[in-house]
Amino acid sequence: MKKVLGILALFLAIMAFTAWNSSNFFSSYNMQNLISRISLYSIISIGAAMVIITGGIDLSIGSLIALTGTVLPYLLTEKDWSVFAAVLATMLLSLFIGLCHGLLITKLRLQPFIVTLFGLLFYRGIARWLTNDQSVGYGGDYPHLTSWVTGRIALPGLSDPQEFHLPAVCLFMIVVTILAWFFLNQTIFGRYLFALGRNEEAARYSGIKTQRYVVLTYVICSGLAGLGGILFSLESGSVQPTGFGNFYELYAIAAAVLGGCSLRGGEGTILGVVIGAGILLLLRNTINLLGIPSSLEFAVVGGVILMGAIADELFLRLAVFARSRRRGVIEKDSRIAERTAQ
Amino acid sequence: MIVQGIAQQEMTNSAGDVPLLEVRGITKSFPGVKALQDVSLRLQAGEVLAVIGENGAGKSTLMKILAGVQSPDQGQLLINGREVNLTSVNDALHHGIALIHQELNLSDNLDVAANIFLGREITRFGVLQKKAMSKASGEFLKQVGLKISPQALVKEFSIGQQQLIEIAKALSINAKILIMDEPTSSLSHGETQTLFEIVHMLRSRGVGVIYISHRLGEIKELADRVVVLRDGQRVGELQSEEIRRERMVSLMVGRDIDQFYERSPYPPGETLLEIDRLRTASFPQQTVSLRVRRGEIVGISGLVGAGRTELLEAIFGVTPAISGTIKVRGKVVKLMHPAQAIESGIMLVPEDRKQHGLILEKSVKFNSSLPSLSRFARWNCFTNRQRETQLTKHAISILKIKTPTVEQIVKYLSGGNQQKVVIAKWLEMSPELLLLDEPTRGIDVGAKEEIYHLMDHLAGQGMAIVFVSSEMEEVIGMSDRVLVMREGQISGELQRSELSEEALMQLAT
Repeated sequence: MKKVLGILALFLAIMAFTAWNSSNFFSSYNMQNLISRISLYSIISIGAAMVIITGGIDLSIGSLIALTGTVLPYLLTEKDWSVFAAVLATMLLSLFIGLCHGLLITKLRLQPFIVTLFGLLFYRGIARWLTNDQSVGYGGDYPHLTSWVTGRIALPGLSDPQEFHLPAVCLFMIVVTILAWFFLNQTIFGRYLFALGRNEEAARYSGIKTQRYVVLTYVICSGLAGLGGILFSLESGSVQPTGFGNFYELYAIAAAVLGGCSLRGGEGTILGVVIGAGILLLLRNTINLLGIPSSLEFAVVGGVILMGAIADELFLRLAVFARSRRRGVIEKDSRIAERTAQ
Repeated sequence: MIVQGIAQQEMTNSAGDVPLLEVRGITKSFPGVKALQDVSLRLQAGEVLAVIGENGAGKSTLMKILAGVQSPDQGQLLINGREVNLTSVNDALHHGIALIHQELNLSDNLDVAANIFLGREITRFGVLQKKAMSKASGEFLKQVGLKISPQALVKEFSIGQQQLIEIAKALSINAKILIMDEPTSSLSHGETQTLFEIVHMLRSRGVGVIYISHRLGEIKELADRVVVLRDGQRVGELQSEEIRRERMVSLMVGRDIDQFYERSPYPPGETLLEIDRLRTASFPQQTVSLRVRRGEIVGISGLVGAGRTELLEAIFGVTPAISGTIKVRGKVVKLMHPAQAIESGIMLVPEDRKQHGLILEKSVKFNSSLPSLSRFARWNCFTNRQRETQLTKHAISILKIKTPTVEQIVKYLSGGNQQKVVIAKWLEMSPELLLLDEPTRGIDVGAKEEIYHLMDHLAGQGMAIVFVSSEMEEVIGMSDRVLVMREGQISGELQRSELSEEALMQLAT
């Protein structure tokens, strides 16, 4: 909980800094854009976080986004599938890919890094081959479908069209966040993920069918990446398979880590991950608004991640020190109690 | 014996009145706790001095100070009568003090010679002289009775052999003072004997050995003198003829423990577990058959590596058996995963509690409720936090787990309390057959006594208990019946009346 408050403070600090230096920050246009971006990235970051909590990693998220982002328009425009069938097929494809990752990792005992590195290269390749490296898009033919993402929902009390409207994609994010939070914190399966993430053997010796849950996690992660791919593609309208979704897995992993997930597994909170994604996109926004050269974007984001990791480590040491103090006092107390009892 | 004793006496006298090592009034505090308070001791050349005490008595801190890992707040260290100030491990090594830690400090990805010369490599113009190091290592390995190649990787050797490699390393720096911290905790009987011989050899060469162990039997056999610590203070010293179990225990605990091993006679009940011609993956040529009745405590004895752990792990489904049948309550069960064993009422407290028993970075509550979560879940899905807390508190009170709260991270508990948390995981699920693999390894006397008491109590309630132990006294003290294993099969069975160390050893080797 302390960790979440820490990054929330960082988020608010960057926000205050940007708002102070740019009058455009709180404009409804900028806010809508920012919230929409944060929503999209949160969805894929939550998937990455789940995998990281089990002690794994998924490097294929960006390429899977490219694949699903091209497959959906391909099925709709080239193959004339119905919207329902095309979306369903695209989602099933991503869930199936997650299942394959999970089985390769648990049954063949391949390392998650290798399996998903394969995915990183393979799905990108397939996406490019499928489209002959050409852009694909929805044109203007699917206004209903695109409105899932680009639609704006009027908030009660703000009826002026110039005022702020909530981006529709935000609803996806809210639903995914609530479900993920519920899954991780209120169900026994979530607890199992934390247990096996830190010590898979101990979890197995406790009677937990660990492989089953590892597979499930990769299915969830790829499922969310697939959903993300659909939503990202709807948001941009057209998809360039060579560049679409590039580095998104790194953003997702960075958001998860900023949000308190440990790469050693067994730690992390969903709220933290969403705020983590928020920080990354807020930084991008800050760079844009303050006229910092956009070529510096990666450098700034990287710097913030490093500082976050350093601050986290320092806090951890402080906590250990405080604990050893407290523990010493407790031991002493119980000894005194024992002696007086004798 | 007497002659040897006199010879010993003469040798220490001939070394003069100046002890090899003298510790004077060492005090060391950590924030909030005094780990050592005005502790003094002397070590003569050619002497084995045992330092004993419960966990938290200050033994480790004292050893760390002697090895230069920590420095004392007050007090002096004298080597051969001269005051020294040890500020680092290298400093201590320089003064001829070597510490062999209970957790080995070898790099198992490097070869033996590289480990022996780690940090003191022989080089010429900055280039490693591997041949020279190999040759020199060979000498030291011969001295500790190891016939292994210095070029072999350390990970290829058993824990016992690695321990001997550590000792060879200590010899290579010409250590005059050797501190051994729980050296036998993971050794087999044979390896322990080898270690004892080497300790005797070192003693006759005039090396002073400080020996720390929880195994009082060993200390009786090995030590010339015993110093007892309790709560950071020196509470007593025993000379050779006074070194007896009861004396040591009462000094360590601070009170008399009248009956260390408790075994109330209960009439055993019906047959609970029947194993017929079970073959494990580690010993595919051998079969094991056995029966366990309710209310019975069955000890499994034998050397390390005799297939005892493999047998328990096959029964628990961790490493499923490759053939054979297991019947529980007369019904054949398939045990391919621990989940199935748990379903049948079979639960295991594993040998390696840090790797297999606990998730160290999580809380007492998290750990103790992990296996029973699904049993108490609402709609088989949602966690029931009140229930978890309630059950954990209940376990803490029956098992007397010393922890400030249920949210305490188990990493910060003592070994004995960690072990109790592992037991707590299963206790709430009322197992019918409890498998315990080395249940008292590395835990202090007080906690041991409590675990023995618990075993006796559970058997009295009709639970069947099968436990593996390398401590013969424990096997003899607690078992109704002992199965001795050798090379993957059961080499014999002894009833309680037939139990003796000799009988066990005869069957084990």
